[in-house]
Amino acid sequence: MALTKITQIAGTGIYVPGDDVDTDRIIPARFMKCVTFDGLGEYAFYDERFHEDGKPKAHPIDNPKYQGATILLAGRNFGCGSSREHAPQALYRHGFRAVLAESFAEIFFGNAITLGMPCLVMDGRDIRALAALIDEAPQTEINIDIPGSEVNMADASFPAKLPDHAREALVDGKWDAIADLLEGLDAVKSTADKLPYMRVA
Amino acid sequence: MGKTLFDKVWEAHTVRELPNGMTQLLIGTHLIHEVTSPQAFGMLRDLNLPVLYPQRTFATVDHIVPTDERVEPFSDQLADAMIKELRKNCADSGIKFFDIASGQQGIVHIVGPEQGITQPGTTIACGDSHTSTHGAFGAVAFGIGTSQVRDVLATQTMALRKPKVRRIEVHGKLAPGVYAKDVILHIIRRLGVNGGLGYAYEYAGSTFDNFTQEERMTVCNMSIEGGARVGYVNPDQTTFDYLRGRPYAPAQGEYDTAVARWKSFASDPDAKYDDLVKYDASDIAPTVTWGINPGQAIFIDENIPSPVELQEKDRSTAEEAYAHMKLQPGKPIKGTKIDVAFLGSCTNGRLSDLQEVAKYLQGKKIKSGIKAIVVPGSQGVAALAESMGLAEVFRDAGFEWRGAGCSMCLAMNPDKLIGDQLCASSSNRNFKGRQGSPTGRTVLMSPLMVAAAAVTGEISDAREIFGLS
Repeated sequence: MALTKITQIAGTGIYVPGDDVDTDRIIPARFMKCVTFDGLGEYAFYDERFHEDGKPKAHPIDNPKYQGATILLAGRNFGCGSSREHAPQALYRHGFRAVLAESFAEIFFGNAITLGMPCLVMDGRDIRALAALIDEAPQTEINIDIPGSEVNMADASFPAKLPDHAREALVDGKWDAIADLLEGLDAVKSTADKLPYMRVA
Repeated sequence: MGKTLFDKVWEAHTVRELPNGMTQLLIGTHLIHEVTSPQAFGMLRDLNLPVLYPQRTFATVDHIVPTDERVEPFSDQLADAMIKELRKNCADSGIKFFDIASGQQGIVHIVGPEQGITQPGTTIACGDSHTSTHGAFGAVAFGIGTSQVRDVLATQTMALRKPKVRRIEVHGKLAPGVYAKDVILHIIRRLGVNGGLGYAYEYAGSTFDNFTQEERMTVCNMSIEGGARVGYVNPDQTTFDYLRGRPYAPAQGEYDTAVARWKSFASDPDAKYDDLVKYDASDIAPTVTWGINPGQAIFIDENIPSPVELQEKDRSTAEEAYAHMKLQPGKPIKGTKIDVAFLGSCTNGRLSDLQEVAKYLQGKKIKSGIKAIVVPGSQGVAALAESMGLAEVFRDAGFEWRGAGCSMCLAMNPDKLIGDQLCASSSNRNFKGRQGSPTGRTVLMSPLMVAAAAVTGEISDAREIFGLS
């Protein structure tokens, strides 16, 4: 299964501030009553964006200034809570192609990489500096250099880190593990045969 | 140098190292439910792949099931489509499904242990972050996303990086009115909601040694709320006694062999840990949350912290929490009026939770105007509770006695908060909007504290209301 090699991501950015943004906030549970991921994009951050009567709350996502943004900036522990892949799916289907944050919750991080949506860790000061640049020039392109571990916007450059395994997976076009896992099926069977509980139906 | 249980289970289940340095880990037991599996089956169909070990996947339906009307078709058409999809996927692939009519349906993390599917020294995965619950048996259990559900269905493995292991010891005896729920809320409060990032938690110490299997499950359940994907307790006689005779546990003639094998997985006395923290059980009091994540917690007799009392990094989330919860910093949380009391969930919806509450609720009435519901974690729990007369105690007190499911823990079924109602809840998450209303408010606490709040109509100290000391 040949996947795109993800090395450079270019697009405009948007800053959604706040720490510990959980996956219930990224996609409220009521929108998970579905058997496909289709259509989740429009519900990304829904309750953060709209009041219960449907009136907009003036969330950055709905600010025309940031329309078309594909790079999401966030705070600490982004994507904590529920393991729902619906959360990165909603962000991806909304149009995001990368997330830059101070830190990520582990399950969210893995789910996002598997979709080919890199999640890079940046220093908090750099996030805020980049957010300020976006605020000044929202239509200026941001460039994420995955192998170079760098985020560039105009003349500014910031370090942005990925764990080695994730960086390699993206750069090699192996961010969805299924092909690698399927190649190991013989070894899977021999490992399973050594475990008594695997033999019990 | 000795090894931890985590090391031993990881080694026994390692298939191979993948080219990018991750480990292909065998997942011996796979649990699925209706919310996070349908897309995974769809992906398998797209790839034209079969389920590799259908006999090692077990299904139940929990998130979307109504707890009042149990007759299909459900009035919520989306929910109805989800149960039908799961039923079909299981039938097509030869997967055992604990369906509504089986008498064995319930929350996936309650059904696994109850059926004896959850066993020591095994690896378990489920598309649900509270899968860490199963670690209470000395299993290594991972909450996973839907693509990984696909991976496990197709290959019985997933690609993982080995985490570090932090041993969390709690020593001593909990005071009356202090429960396993208070222990885990205390741990999360101290270590932070992201303190466990990159770690598996090994819970140990005399407090855990003396815990029942169900109390251990309550603690392991909320590991993820502290950022740790995996949490476990070493298996011991309590574990082996719990599993004996359960439907999927090893048969009587093979049980001793199984126990010997299970014991061999326990952490060695000289095992090396990446980190160690210790707490004293006598320092823990009944704990409640005041904010919008489980780490924003205080003892019942403490005041809601002011920003100045908090670390700088925690202040912005605190400001968000005061605004959402409509609570004042520096003021007591005790006495805060509640609207709803919810007793249930994979954290605290087990028989022992209901027994403990019923013991004190007997003869008491809930405050008029409070909506109080009990949602047993499984049909098995419900049947036992009914046969023991517990359901009657709850009904007499004014609680609604419901059918099994996740219910108001995440409100994917009709059980939801309305507007900015405040709920005293035995569940695991107080995130904004978690209980079904975007402006709804959740205060997490132990089951007995929920009962105390239901009786008084306000956040209360169960020790005072029920005369424990």
